[in-house]
Amino acid sequence: MPMIAFLLTLMLLLGVVIVLAYAERKVAAFMQDRLGPTEAGPYGSLQAVLDVLKLLQKEDIVPALADKGLFKLAPILIFAAVFAGFAVIPISPTLVPAGIGIGVFYLLAIISLDVIGLLMAGWGSNNKYAMLGAMRSVAQIVSYEIPAGLAILSAVMVCQSLDFQEISYQQGVLMNAFPGMGYETNWLFGIQALGIDTTNIGGITTWNIFRAPMLLVAFVIYFIASLAESNRAPFDIPEAESELVAGFHVEYSGFRFAVLFLAEYSMMVLVSLVAVILFLGSWNTPLPNIGSIALANWTTGTIGEISGNLWAAFWLISKTFVLLFVQLWARWTYPRLRVDQLMHLCWKVLTPVALVIVLLAGIWRLLMI
Amino acid sequence: METIKKEAYKHKTGFWQAVKSLVSGARLTLRHLANANKRRKPVYVTDDSYFKQPDGLATLTYPYEALPVPDNGRYRLHNEIEDCIVCDLCAKVCPVNCITIESVKATEDIGVTSDGTKKRLYAPVFDIDMAKCCYCGLCTTVCPTDCLTMTPVYDFSEVNIKNMIYHFTDLSPEQAQEKQLLFEKQQEEMAAAKAAALAARKQQG
Repeated sequence: MPMIAFLLTLMLLLGVVIVLAYAERKVAAFMQDRLGPTEAGPYGSLQAVLDVLKLLQKEDIVPALADKGLFKLAPILIFAAVFAGFAVIPISPTLVPAGIGIGVFYLLAIISLDVIGLLMAGWGSNNKYAMLGAMRSVAQIVSYEIPAGLAILSAVMVCQSLDFQEISYQQGVLMNAFPGMGYETNWLFGIQALGIDTTNIGGITTWNIFRAPMLLVAFVIYFIASLAESNRAPFDIPEAESELVAGFHVEYSGFRFAVLFLAEYSMMVLVSLVAVILFLGSWNTPLPNIGSIALANWTTGTIGEISGNLWAAFWLISKTFVLLFVQLWARWTYPRLRVDQLMHLCWKVLTPVALVIVLLAGIWRLLMI
Repeated sequence: METIKKEAYKHKTGFWQAVKSLVSGARLTLRHLANANKRRKPVYVTDDSYFKQPDGLATLTYPYEALPVPDNGRYRLHNEIEDCIVCDLCAKVCPVNCITIESVKATEDIGVTSDGTKKRLYAPVFDIDMAKCCYCGLCTTVCPTDCLTMTPVYDFSEVNIKNMIYHFTDLSPEQAQEKQLLFEKQQEEMAAAKAAALAARKQQG
């Protein structure tokens, strides 16, 4: 069973990354009034697949003066660290590769390994651009883990759980189906005093950003920090094409480069998935039950049956793609930040605001009881 | 003495100003994305819409669509060999020597060109090397029968550079050989006749 989950997650991830790589090129092209890929397949849809095939045929170059052990190990470590994060992501109410109780904590810990891989790649390449890129990357990721961690902490405080699956159940009409939460109630904005019971209304009214409105700010902070953690524009100074050629992976070619590329895009997918699960209702439908029109129930399916799994996967992946689109949109809209601006934003803006949000989330949780 | 009053331009700063600026940027790119269903049309410069296509994708997928060129565009050379009198003027005037012409005199009448000029020469070789051509158009200016013209065809790149040499002769090598032999035979006959006449005159004299 773990092997099946492993392969299934890997296949799903590869599929999403292929679509994302193609979407990136098309979205970039359309925003710049270009056409993007048009030749390979209808509307160039096979472009990303062919790029991967081309990369696999390329010569595998290891620089003569590189630290060969580190150089060869780095891509594997980077991808393994990111891919291990997918283990705790619930895809549907009953499908989660590894449903451990401390999923959020595990995810934050395993993602941090990524930094070591980046540093290994940059140092092992024995190249000044790679080294500079790796140092910038590490400085950036380590800094931005703090606002991201605080934003996640506020969501965890509101949910009172480190289990992604439990957090997911809390944000929808299926809440009472989770073992141990049979008699829990969701109130509008989480406040019982308002007297509006949303447990059976579900939809967007039970998403975390609705249960505790300050989590909307936490979501924005997390999203900005996640852009920096996955080295995406406007925080892509580690890869700054115009100054550092390609940053830490400048010396990589062929399959190793393909793995780094895959890890980078997997990271984008993973941070978006975490944002969706923690703040945007996970695999729950956004449509609420309104009186006798039970939109939420209709678009949720039955737990454990194929309809429930398909609806849940559909909502999770659609929400993730919306966030991924916002990531692409930001990349092709905003210019790259300078290093000092980056650190200013992290330490002087996001971190203090995130601390206040954590405080507010704690107070809000007291009101929710 | 007047003092110039300097006023520093104050940048608008602050949180809401930054948010406003971010939103306006995001709206700009989103508008371009929304306009991606429109395409620039490959219309001629005289078309009314030529300068009025501000929205949509600007790229033309060149081999499949291209901006039209004028009918009198001056690109690839073409020689209408039927009308050519093989005068060699074009080869002489060419500044880059890209035209090679060999001629053979005709033994009999070979007709007239479309403007009525008599043709007296065959052209076993009439080659234009378009890889060397500098598109100055001098050859078309000097051509007395207007058989050498420039056409609006501009996309004629080749994989093998030898294919850039265009052969305009209408004679096969065998035919050219035959015409050459005929001409030499006629010359010999004429020479023989001349010698005979000379001998006859000597005998008389």
